[in-house]
Amino acid sequence: MAEPCIEVKNLEKYFTVGKGKLHAVDGVSFKIEKGKTMGVVGESGCGKSTLGRTIIHQHEPTGGQIFFNGKDVTKVKGRALRDLREHMQIVFQDPYSSLNPRYTVEATIREPLLLSHRYSKGELADEVTRLMQLCGIDERLRLAYPHELDGGRRQRVGIARALALHPDFVVCDEPVSALDVSIQAQVLNLLMDLQEQENLTYMFVTHDLSVVRHISHDICVMYLGQLVETSPSKELFERPMHPYTKALLSAIPTTDIHAPYQRIQLKGEITSPINPKPGCRFAARCPYAVDRCREPQELHEMSPNHFVACCRVEELN
Amino acid sequence: MSQNKDFLRIEDLVVEYTSDGEIVQAVNGVSLSLEKGKTLGLVGETGAGKTTIAKTIMRILPEPPARVCRGRIEFEDRDLLNLPEKEMLHIRGNQIAMIFQDPMTALNPVMTVGSQIAEVIELHDHLSGGEAKRKAVEMLEMVGIPGARYDNYPHEFSGGMKQRVVIAMALACAPQLLLADEPTTALDVTIQAQVLEMIADLKKRYDTSMILITHDLGVVARTCDDVAVVYAGEIIENGSLEDIFDHPTHPYTIGLFGALPKLTGNEKRLSPVEGLPPDPTHLPAGCKFSPRCPNVTEACRSGEVPAYEMTPGHFVRCHLAANAAKEV
Repeated sequence: MAEPCIEVKNLEKYFTVGKGKLHAVDGVSFKIEKGKTMGVVGESGCGKSTLGRTIIHQHEPTGGQIFFNGKDVTKVKGRALRDLREHMQIVFQDPYSSLNPRYTVEATIREPLLLSHRYSKGELADEVTRLMQLCGIDERLRLAYPHELDGGRRQRVGIARALALHPDFVVCDEPVSALDVSIQAQVLNLLMDLQEQENLTYMFVTHDLSVVRHISHDICVMYLGQLVETSPSKELFERPMHPYTKALLSAIPTTDIHAPYQRIQLKGEITSPINPKPGCRFAARCPYAVDRCREPQELHEMSPNHFVACCRVEELN
Repeated sequence: MSQNKDFLRIEDLVVEYTSDGEIVQAVNGVSLSLEKGKTLGLVGETGAGKTTIAKTIMRILPEPPARVCRGRIEFEDRDLLNLPEKEMLHIRGNQIAMIFQDPMTALNPVMTVGSQIAEVIELHDHLSGGEAKRKAVEMLEMVGIPGARYDNYPHEFSGGMKQRVVIAMALACAPQLLLADEPTTALDVTIQAQVLEMIADLKKRYDTSMILITHDLGVVARTCDDVAVVYAGEIIENGSLEDIFDHPTHPYTIGLFGALPKLTGNEKRLSPVEGLPPDPTHLPAGCKFSPRCPNVTEACRSGEVPAYEMTPGHFVRCHLAANAAKEV
């Protein structure tokens, strides 16, 4: 494996809520190679956004370690954190609420450049022009406000802002979920082009499995804060091994009307992540659950880089 | 097709909104028909006019700013658009029901879910409080929610359960026509699959006809018998599920499929539809899709584009389809 850009080891993020501790991210470990995309999928509330935000230090981790280009950055503070943030950026889901409504396109993209104190006045304008071109934003929109833009263009502005200071690592948190399919495809293509040109490493958080398959090299599947399976993208779709991954993949509505439809029935609702019991969180809905599932699960490497957190994985596959 | 006795027929519907002194042309001459017991998928992007069509059928458009300029909606031989509101009250909820996209805003937060369902039943079926409650419990259980949760409030339910409550409410009076506006868009895939299966079961049980509004072609593939693709307030292609999915013909329909990441196959880049949907206050002349169309010709930019019938029941509103088809 090439050198990882990001590595997390046993990462934990708990939030204190009225009834106790909400385990949003619970003992997650994985690596993302330089220039590659790690897709993180799961249903709402599984902790995928929290995971991304904890890695870029928007949240302070409760436990575990975060490595960036081989360096332990878990506890960085102050000046070092400020420098680190230049290298780690985020593109948000909702392009309607993540842009300041009183900032023009130019002002939004210029903000991180100004804060870096690295550009003179003349250079600032040139740099904004470069970023707008890079992200396919028409020059005539330079002085437009967010409300004058459609969702796709707003998302391009959000991407230009994230890329302004040449980050190495970008968390894309559901960047196309709010967009219509035809616009979604334009933005996905842009993100893939930018990755090649700028050699970016992405963590792509989404609930849309066809999008994640399209854009990711590797995929993590999360369920209620736990990593249940991680694998190279193609392999995950061809040979899913965890019972949850199998159920999730079988539930995707495909556009092939002749494909046989065999959905794995899941019973019940997602359980609460507040003060969870140890063991596999999926056990409550899993058709194969046994007593052993109530104990903490380990990751089993089933084939190179394909890890599954299920004690019955060998007998079930 | 027109010989069949259709259960719902929409003819040449035109709806406009007035916004800031400008006219928004939301629905521009839509004609549709639906047979008893069938499901029609209305597919299109944000602002295409899908929801406006459904709200016009329900007669719940806010007028003004909306205005139905022209058209006819026939439902079981009644002309819905000219019915007095008093009669419409009996049809709405009783014979035609609607499920809205967002279950969080469709429910009253200060009423228990059970009493919200019972209210519908009391109003339409003229049952006593006790009987209505019994039927409401029955409806809850039918959608897989224990009757013991009758006295819970909406915030005590998850998103999927709330949407099931909304569905129970819509089906409480066994409507003949169900208008489902993005019923599963706000839900996770495993829950979405549960809800879609439940709707399909209930539909079969009551022989309900349905118009399913969605932008998700995967959901359409799984649930619909017929499909109509809406663009800028017009139906640009319609036909059976097989017509649209196996033989998409309009460049926009083809573009929609090309823009979708596939679960199989290895395409490196998607082929998006370039450009943006037109501004509904200033629609282009001729074909509304012409500014974005990769195959545009001079003829496309002026005059009305007729619908051509490719094979029986498969209509395409595009000049390029003309050679392979006969005009209707």
